[in-house]
Amino acid sequence: MRIPILKLYDYLLVSIQWELDDATALGFQEDLLQKIHDTSANGVVIDLTSIDFIDSFIAKVLGDVLSMSKLMGAKVVITGIQPAVAITLIELGISLEGVMTALDLEKGLEKLQQELGE
Amino acid sequence: MEFQSCVKIINEWDIVAARQLGRNVAKELGFGTVDQARITTAISELARNIYLYAGRGSVCIEKEYEHGKSGMKIIASDEGPGIQDIRKVMEDGYTTSGGLGAGLPGVKRLMDEFDIDSFPSKGTTITTIKWLR
Repeated sequence: MRIPILKLYDYLLVSIQWELDDATALGFQEDLLQKIHDTSANGVVIDLTSIDFIDSFIAKVLGDVLSMSKLMGAKVVITGIQPAVAITLIELGISLEGVMTALDLEKGLEKLQQELGE
Repeated sequence: MEFQSCVKIINEWDIVAARQLGRNVAKELGFGTVDQARITTAISELARNIYLYAGRGSVCIEKEYEHGKSGMKIIASDEGPGIQDIRKVMEDGYTTSGGLGAGLPGVKRLMDEFDIDSFPSKGTTITTIKWLR
């Protein structure tokens, strides 16, 4: 199954709604980069409100997609990380350092606007 | 043994099946959302290790009762190459896969009890328990 990527003005919005398996996560990585290229988006919000756990593989895919987007000139904000997800990620030893985050989609968009000076 | 349920790990999809089984049992036993996330994540890491390093194996889940406590036991076993240096794999940041798994120290932190049995060229069994608080 593919994760829908929506365009909103100069941004792309992604809401991950179901548990990610490896193939979906890797497919999403390619789809997002292609979409950044096709739409010239300069900001991306990835919302994880519906995600109830993140293991090291998904964390790595997310971290990689952030670095890859940065290489293409797009900034990414991750939003909606649940308390249980934040706790398990840190206990697991993954801190996702340098990743821009915000509490929810709305604050994520505000953060992007600030970052991009719009 | 009152209850045991196993998932064979052969491909990536089995990792998803193992963690779904784990989450369902954790929910059924009455674990809260944070412990459910810890258990699901631990199973995902253990199942991925089997897939990456041994190629195949199994993840079994048991309900555990001891001294009036109840909990959930996860047994991840394979007949893979075994772990050469157990002390080393228990160090944070040690990897032989280029950082694909967070590794065993992370799993140990997520769970309450953790035990490794590994014999070179015979395989590895990791047993870990989370107690219900």
